[in-house]
Amino acid sequence: MGMTMTEKILARGAGRDSVRPGDLVLAKVDFAMGHDLTIPPASKIMREQMGAEKIWDPDRVAVTQDHFQPAKDAASATLGRLTREFSRDMGIKWYFEVGQGGICHTVLPENGLVLPGELVVGADSHSCTYGALNNFATGIGSTDLACVFALGELWFRVPETLKFVYHNRLKEWVEAKDLILYVIGQIGVDGARSKAMEHTGEALRHIDMEARLTMTNMAIEAGAKNGIMEFDEVTKEYLDGRAKRPYTPVTSDPDAEYEKVLEFDAEKVELGVARPMSPDNYSPLSEVAGTKLDQVFIGSCTNSRITDLRRAAAVLDGHKVAPGVRLIITPSSHQVAIQAEKEGLIGIFLASGAAWTTATCGACLGGHMGVLGEGEVCLSTTNRNFPGRMGHPKALVYLSNPAVAAASAVAGVITHPKEVLKKMPAGIA
Amino acid sequence: MSFPKVIRGRAWKFGANIDTDQIIPAKYAIYSLDEKELGKHAMEGVPGREGWSAGVAQGDILVGGSNFGCGSSREIAPVAIRGAGISLVIADSYARIFFRNAINMGYPILQSPQAAEGVDEGNELEVDLEEGIVRNFTKGDEYRCEAFPTFMNELLHMGGLVPWVRQRLEERRRVATARG
Repeated sequence: MGMTMTEKILARGAGRDSVRPGDLVLAKVDFAMGHDLTIPPASKIMREQMGAEKIWDPDRVAVTQDHFQPAKDAASATLGRLTREFSRDMGIKWYFEVGQGGICHTVLPENGLVLPGELVVGADSHSCTYGALNNFATGIGSTDLACVFALGELWFRVPETLKFVYHNRLKEWVEAKDLILYVIGQIGVDGARSKAMEHTGEALRHIDMEARLTMTNMAIEAGAKNGIMEFDEVTKEYLDGRAKRPYTPVTSDPDAEYEKVLEFDAEKVELGVARPMSPDNYSPLSEVAGTKLDQVFIGSCTNSRITDLRRAAAVLDGHKVAPGVRLIITPSSHQVAIQAEKEGLIGIFLASGAAWTTATCGACLGGHMGVLGEGEVCLSTTNRNFPGRMGHPKALVYLSNPAVAAASAVAGVITHPKEVLKKMPAGIA
Repeated sequence: MSFPKVIRGRAWKFGANIDTDQIIPAKYAIYSLDEKELGKHAMEGVPGREGWSAGVAQGDILVGGSNFGCGSSREIAPVAIRGAGISLVIADSYARIFFRNAINMGYPILQSPQAAEGVDEGNELEVDLEEGIVRNFTKGDEYRCEAFPTFMNELLHMGGLVPWVRQRLEERRRVATARG
């Protein structure tokens, strides 16, 4: 019997010839990640409770200062300090200080730290992002991370796999974000609960690595354990000169078993948003166009990489943010910020009246630099809009792609980008 | 830590898809190392539940709907619920990271669509953890719970992942010493 990519990676990690969905395995981890909110508890559990003095392999761990950093208050400064001291004491090789890293889920792929065929865990739910690079990557808690640090291995239940096949190509203006919001709208926030989402099909061959990362990033919004994609030329090109270790891609066998195969015609997917208060509240843009906004946020591990910022800048170029609206743009990494500066994007953002911030998770989780007040309405390129996610429980958050966000900031209401920009320039669409 | 056999308490009832930011809003993550402080703010992100934890008596039981604990991986979600004084969580189903985190902490959770459907807020419950049965004294009903895989039960009964890792570390040290 054949295996899926997910099953093959877990079988290799467990040192077994094969695994089946439902098996509980103890598997070796290839790479682990934690950040300023999850390292302090993991450090305490590992050292004080588990009695481990060192981590299994400091070369295979990354730590970022991204959630509440640069410190938003004294208590966050303490978490930052604990994270910094732990990384130093353990000799962690891939430690990213404020101003040198950014959001974990952008930093790890762009530094070539998470690779095809690998088993990756991160103490952050959006760790599923890395699966676009043909690996098994999943979010874990701090006790889990402490276990990985101490032993280099962790228990997993082998998930059933759902296969998502996307036929044809996405239409003009429609992005990977619209596609994944549409899919989550179809299956619900628990539609892939504890399962693997394997994405495949023609539509994916025509989108770049950053767009693919946007799709696997939101696997968790469907409740999935991981999102995973095939290795192809796009993957190879992205990793050339970037990969920090040799790697072996993995493919699903032709006779692999899927719990279900879901087929979509990508060409029929409309530009859309997730309405408040759930990521599965998909709605075509036409149904919410005209909704008045208080804030627009372009940021997060979902949609604030360089290609996202290029599209936002193309829309904003020569325009001003509407009176009564604030536009906050947070690049997802320091490297993204450097590239945006080189390409002149930051000048466009500043001239439009946008607030440009340092790379951080920031407003996405209601942390800092853009927290919403009672009754405020926000259009955001992030991943979650459950009550209170970005601040007050009665704030309303719509999720969209960056071009829609930029156009809506200019109009002051939810708007199709074609109302502001005739055509997305070739090469960045 | 000995695992309880029977838990009695009053039920608090929540709906479907209660996410971790509702269980403990991210702004309280600054108290990540302080269970009692987290407990004071548990569930306050759920609309209409502001100040909820002040009304919780030690030992009360939380009953949730489907996909309970979806969202973030932050372990402070089950920690906050425990910190509020809740002795046990029962839900129709769990989001996987919340589920893992609770098991890893050795914190008893049960999955019972029957209980999630049948229990109303304020009902007096008795839960037999060994038998996997929830008795509702208020309504005179009984609900069955789903069985967990053996390894997860073992983890729960030994107190979670911490003692399990300690055992494995000791084994590794013994092997290393024996090898000289």
